Amino acid sequence: MLKIENLHINYGGINAVRGINLTIEDNKIVTLIGANGAGKSSTLRAIMGLVKKAQGSIKYNNEDITNLSTVEIVKKGIVLVPEGRHVFPNLTVEENLILGAYTIDNREEVEKNMKEVYNIFPRLKERHWQKAGTLSGGEQQMLAVGRALMVKPKVLMMDEPSLGLAPILVKEIFDIIKRINEQGNTILLVEQNAKKALEIADYGYVLETGELKLKGTGKELLNDSRVQEAYLGESRNKAQ
Amino acid sequence: MTMSFTEFMQHLANGISLGSLYALIAIGYTMVYGILRLINFAHGDIFMLGAYLTYYAIVFTSIPWYIAFILAAVITGIIGFLLERIAYRPLRDAQRITVLISAIGASFFLQNFATVVFGGRPKAFPIPQLLNKIVNLGGVSINIVTFIIPAITIGLLIGLNYIINKTKTGMAMRALSKDYDTARLMGIDVNRIISITFFIGSFLAAVGGIMWGIKYPQLMPLMGSMPGVKCFIAAVIGGIGNIGGAVLGGFILGLGEILLVALLPGLTGYRDAFAFILLIIILLAKPTGLLGEKVTEKV
Repeated sequence: MLKIENLHINYGGINAVRGINLTIEDNKIVTLIGANGAGKSSTLRAIMGLVKKAQGSIKYNNEDITNLSTVEIVKKGIVLVPEGRHVFPNLTVEENLILGAYTIDNREEVEKNMKEVYNIFPRLKERHWQKAGTLSGGEQQMLAVGRALMVKPKVLMMDEPSLGLAPILVKEIFDIIKRINEQGNTILLVEQNAKKALEIADYGYVLETGELKLKGTGKELLNDSRVQEAYLGESRNKAQ
Repeated sequence: MTMSFTEFMQHLANGISLGSLYALIAIGYTMVYGILRLINFAHGDIFMLGAYLTYYAIVFTSIPWYIAFILAAVITGIIGFLLERIAYRPLRDAQRITVLISAIGASFFLQNFATVVFGGRPKAFPIPQLLNKIVNLGGVSINIVTFIIPAITIGLLIGLNYIINKTKTGMAMRALSKDYDTARLMGIDVNRIISITFFIGSFLAAVGGIMWGIKYPQLMPLMGSMPGVKCFIAAVIGGIGNIGGAVLGGFILGLGEILLVALLPGLTGYRDAFAFILLIIILLAKPTGLLGEKVTEKV
């Protein structure tokens, strides 16, 4: 279980995140929704140790990981698929995957994990020799997710995996997220596509300008009029 | 102006030999730039230290010369590693210009340190007997070193190519040259990779320094500054950040310099200017360098 308590993040005098508490239970899909600049990405980056925390603590299975380095956090099994995919464009698909398993020294294990990733994303296998920069946006997203799966993460965090993808690919990505979760991974999903995210989420948090506004199961939030109005754009349609 | 074929071949061999030296040193500039976006101005002085350390290892100890070579190159590699730890790492989050100033400071420090410790008077590099033979090839008399230098360079390039393209460390280096944060997210220890980069670059510069000492056997504390500048130019000509480009740039510069002097002896005095003129032309015609890529980002 990943537990974030009273997290504060400051960027040059701006309080991007102001005292949020999140609990991500094992084997669940938890989503963090909110508008641009609400502090969703900052929260994920703070968990990974990429952003300094002004205050607060992060515990994983009751162990304090607040001040661990990114490398150590990855070794604990917590992995982030960054926003905008960020595949290494100058490396081949296969090299990207190998780097995903950078913390694993056993070569056979890396190859085994790669086979599993290729099973989930056959397209990546077809293109394993290609430079990642030449892939389409959807393929790059698959690579970014596949690369994160290379360490068999216990907690997989994804930052806007559907951003900029065609609707058919968005559906595919969400199907894959569900499948990954069914294999026993905990998922923390940050999305602007609130509807899709809440549909697959066990639990959700709504973040607004750095503060938690609402929380509840995915269904509860989907049916919440405030969520509908602010993030799903549905209330007006219903009124008509 | 006429030149016999054998004479031409002699100049060609010399040019290739000098080009290999430039290539070895240029690689260090380009590797560091690729990862840190830093022009390591102290790199030429690292090259100088490699030559001096070899001198002391041969003259003041009884170890065989080839062991002295390897030892000096490894110690120089460690000095490069320390240089990064002391002069660059504390400034990791500082503006780029700050780090650049630190690099210039490190260069001045090493030059003056060498002047104080090694003395300002030139020292004669002790050339091992085995490497100081003149061979006669079809009427061309060439020092055997002229062949050894490119051979060693090619060997090192093959090794480097393997590290960069086939090992996890090499992949991490290439990843770092594009994206620090994402590299961290893979669990890559960024500082460790940077340290390895400085070690490799300084090791190669030391090998360059040793072979330079054999070819031009006079050591001076400032001997690294002109080759340093030229090899930086070689790296820019090839496309800074690109290792193949650094090698290409090194060979173009070395060959060009030797052939310029050979074909137009009247321009001998402009030998050093050649590198700068070539740099200006390349920057005007292709600012990214011959093999440099334009940086584009897909969002």
